Amino acid sequence: MILNDKHLQFKKKVKEFADNVVAPRAIELDLKSEFPHDLVKKMGEMGLYGLFIPKKYGGAGLDTLSYAIAVEEISRACGSTGIFFAAHSSLAIAPIYIAGNEIQKQKWLIPLAKGEKIGSFGLTEPNAGSDASATETTVKLIGDEYIINGTKCFITSGHVADVIVLTATKDPSLGYHGISAFIVEKGTPGFILGKEEDKLGLRGSITSELIFEDCKIPKENLLGNEGDGFKIFMQTLDGGRISIGALALGIAQGALDATVKFVKTNSKNNRLLSRYQSIQSMIAEIGTEIEAARLLIHQSAALKDAGKPLTKEAAMAKYYASKIGMKATNIAIEIHGMLGLTKKYPVERFIRDEKLMEIGEGTSEIQKIVIARQILGK
Amino acid sequence: MNFGLTNDQKMLQSEVRKFAENELAPLAPEIDISGEFPKESIKKLAELGLLGIFVPEKYGGSEFDYVSLAIAVEEISRACASTGVIVAVNNSLCAYPIMQFGTEEQKQKYLPLICSGEKIGAIGITEPNAGSDVAAMETTAVMEGDHYILNGTKRFITNAGEAGIFVIFAYTNKELKHKGISAFIVERDTPGFSLGKHEDLMGIRATANCELIYEDCKIPKENLLGEEGQGFYICMNTLDVSRIDIGAQAVGISQAALDEAVKYSKERVAFGRPICKFEMIQNMLAEMATQIHAARMLVYYAAWCKDAGIKRFSKEAAMAKYYAANISVDVTRKAVQIFGGYGYSKDYTVERLYRDAKILELYEGTSEIQKVVIASELLK
Amino acid sequence: MDIIVCIKRVPQTAEAEVTIDSSGKDIEKDRLSFDINESDSYALEEAVILKEKFGGTITVISVGYQDTEDTLRIALAKGADNAIRVKAEDFEHIDGYKTSQILKSVIEKESYDLIFAGCIATDDAYSQVGVTLAELLNIPHASLVINIDTSENRADVNRELEEGLMGHLDISLPALFTIQTGINEPRYASLIAIRRAAKKEIKVIGQEEINKDNLLLNTEIEELFIPPKTKEVEILTGSPAESASKLAEIFKEKGLI
Repeated sequence: MILNDKHLQFKKKVKEFADNVVAPRAIELDLKSEFPHDLVKKMGEMGLYGLFIPKKYGGAGLDTLSYAIAVEEISRACGSTGIFFAAHSSLAIAPIYIAGNEIQKQKWLIPLAKGEKIGSFGLTEPNAGSDASATETTVKLIGDEYIINGTKCFITSGHVADVIVLTATKDPSLGYHGISAFIVEKGTPGFILGKEEDKLGLRGSITSELIFEDCKIPKENLLGNEGDGFKIFMQTLDGGRISIGALALGIAQGALDATVKFVKTNSKNNRLLSRYQSIQSMIAEIGTEIEAARLLIHQSAALKDAGKPLTKEAAMAKYYASKIGMKATNIAIEIHGMLGLTKKYPVERFIRDEKLMEIGEGTSEIQKIVIARQILGK
Repeated sequence: MNFGLTNDQKMLQSEVRKFAENELAPLAPEIDISGEFPKESIKKLAELGLLGIFVPEKYGGSEFDYVSLAIAVEEISRACASTGVIVAVNNSLCAYPIMQFGTEEQKQKYLPLICSGEKIGAIGITEPNAGSDVAAMETTAVMEGDHYILNGTKRFITNAGEAGIFVIFAYTNKELKHKGISAFIVERDTPGFSLGKHEDLMGIRATANCELIYEDCKIPKENLLGEEGQGFYICMNTLDVSRIDIGAQAVGISQAALDEAVKYSKERVAFGRPICKFEMIQNMLAEMATQIHAARMLVYYAAWCKDAGIKRFSKEAAMAKYYAANISVDVTRKAVQIFGGYGYSKDYTVERLYRDAKILELYEGTSEIQKVVIASELLK
Repeated sequence: MDIIVCIKRVPQTAEAEVTIDSSGKDIEKDRLSFDINESDSYALEEAVILKEKFGGTITVISVGYQDTEDTLRIALAKGADNAIRVKAEDFEHIDGYKTSQILKSVIEKESYDLIFAGCIATDDAYSQVGVTLAELLNIPHASLVINIDTSENRADVNRELEEGLMGHLDISLPALFTIQTGINEPRYASLIAIRRAAKKEIKVIGQEEINKDNLLLNTEIEELFIPPKTKEVEILTGSPAESASKLAEIFKEKGLI
């Protein structure tokens, strides 16, 4: 195993939790499109939310590697719970930790890290997906208040969030430089919950449209300085890519585990499926690629923990893990045959859940452009 | 696994890279065409201590670890794939089994010769009728007094034409199947040994790849490596280590292809702009870079397992070798694609890299064998 | 014979695309690799050759940041006995003159017969540290040295001049030579030497031992820039007849014929 004893112990603890508590809920959450309020609470009690946050802010004082391990293990059991966990930790908690001042940290970071409040991250807009500089949500400072107007879409956990980290621009023509980041609380007048998306996968997670109509927030809810928004979310996304990579990895590992179990207990022509070389070949291939994806994710996490640049590596980890994740879940169904298409086996859920990983937080195409820019040196 | 390199690994990497770029890369096109074994380069590599990278200093080695082996083989292969495999075979396929299974006398006698380059090392497993199926070998060794009498033919043996010391596998008891195979250290000038035909290969052309013929070849009893019947185990254990550096060789070849492709894509203009500005080219470059990064991590991981003293790392070694070989063929193909017609010409390095890569999927266990190893571990 | 070799860790820019950073006074270094300055590696090799002949010790010194220790370690692996890093982080702006003063204050406490430096650094190309250092230490010097013959306390050196000329000097020791590339063939460090060097300690000297208040800065970089393109090359393609007529066209257009 790649990990040292401390990380191994931690992995074991999360794995037990995922197997015993999360996994039994996964089928139901998916079928009923139910948000797992119970699991959210339990993960908080386990202290999983602030893994990379110092203890004084309610965190566990561990590291990004531990966080990646936790995302993988939870997602192996349930992708919906995994994406809630990842969004809450690396998209809501991380930017406040990175850019928040002491008062903001006391006020929002601590309850988020302890799981007393649910966090969300509002970046994507109807016309600004991969290209965040196209942000159209505007902000104006009038007196002591910022007035926000605009619409955010595909926001994980939006409907249940108590705290939302949001980006808005003071002038769309300024591109990146005009963007700032803010904290908006649930119940702020002018903050309206739009529609909830009905999705292919990750059906136990909530994906929301958020509408801001002259939404007034106090001046002190600005995160960092005006114009820092782009920098803050780029840093957030480097970490976010590790999360999505770990999510993709967890689902892929779940698919492999289910498939290994299946081929060892099912026969064709009186011969266990595991005895067929065609099956072995597929299992070896995805097993290898899953191991490689895990190494890429752990290496990115290690770079982050060492404070080293990780743009290229995190993009590679996310791109690769989601790509092989689709392949692994596809092969898993292939091997299960018709049974794989039924709700009797988890693999049809895995492939539906996995597809988001190639799209969320920068599509594979964007990741490849990021990687290419890095290796071309521009 | 610690993802950063240690001080001595970093230094080794930078020195070997410089050496390879300055001394090996310029010769690579030439020896690819002539097929001439790079004796002078090997001498220099020996002086630097690269022929016995992990062998203890008391036996003439450099006493580095297996991650360092991977780094060195990658850097050498990046400049010249032929030289890369010569070094890999010398280290992992000849020095390693002697170091791991040899008696004190055998180690003292042979390791310094191999590490100093005085005698090049080679290994004889493959036969005309026994490739992936090692136990199908036909070579026999029969004890007669103080000697074993060796009879048989080995084929596709890297370094054979220039090697002085061979680790040879043969049946001492055919009835016991693979448990009847034994390993021997055979010196070149043993009567009854002769070289067969020299293979004219598609890639890695300067590796003195020849057939070995043993006709009533008399080997002193004390040249038995390990115990009688231990040969299959020695073979598999050795292949686990050598798969680390075949993986590393694949990473090196792939990295060279990416370097060439990046450079060319910035220079070559089409439709009024450098081709690196086109997303289709960027797509390929990004895929190549990601595949190489993943392969390098798997190789380091397998090497790290060995360094950490993990007894059984067959799965990790097979994954590293299988994946790196697989992507190496793909990455070099993409590099040729980026070069267009020029990539098909011997004037450009990528043409050679494409040919050099193919063998990686074949030797030291085909990709199919690696997959059998991996699947059997995953399905345990 | 005790020899001090001054070395510098420089970015490898020969094949890299160089861009200016946001300060406008330096280049972007994030993606560049670093190594010992080229002529410094010849200076080090020359010292090792002399040590092999006459015995003595070699001390390598560099003013640089933490990662300079990697470069110093390689020097140890190639034959140096001691290594000293002067913490660049302690001295804000550094130019050639200031570097010479810093080196002087370190070197004057050491014993030496010879000091070598590379003849030019490939990054800032000042070509002055060695010569200025010799002046500050009040010892004779020769620049662009391409051959050295030493006996007890004298040295015969050849200097490489323009147009294939050589200057032959006879210099008394201690002296400082700035070494030209090509004087020898720098060796590669063997693995065993690397392993030993990795464990060696590098002496680190900070501002406490140098008294930075007395150091003078003679120059300051105003701006680093890539000059605008002023000339363009056009390559004419086609058959000889076609390109000749195109060429004639251009001559006519420019009013040359």
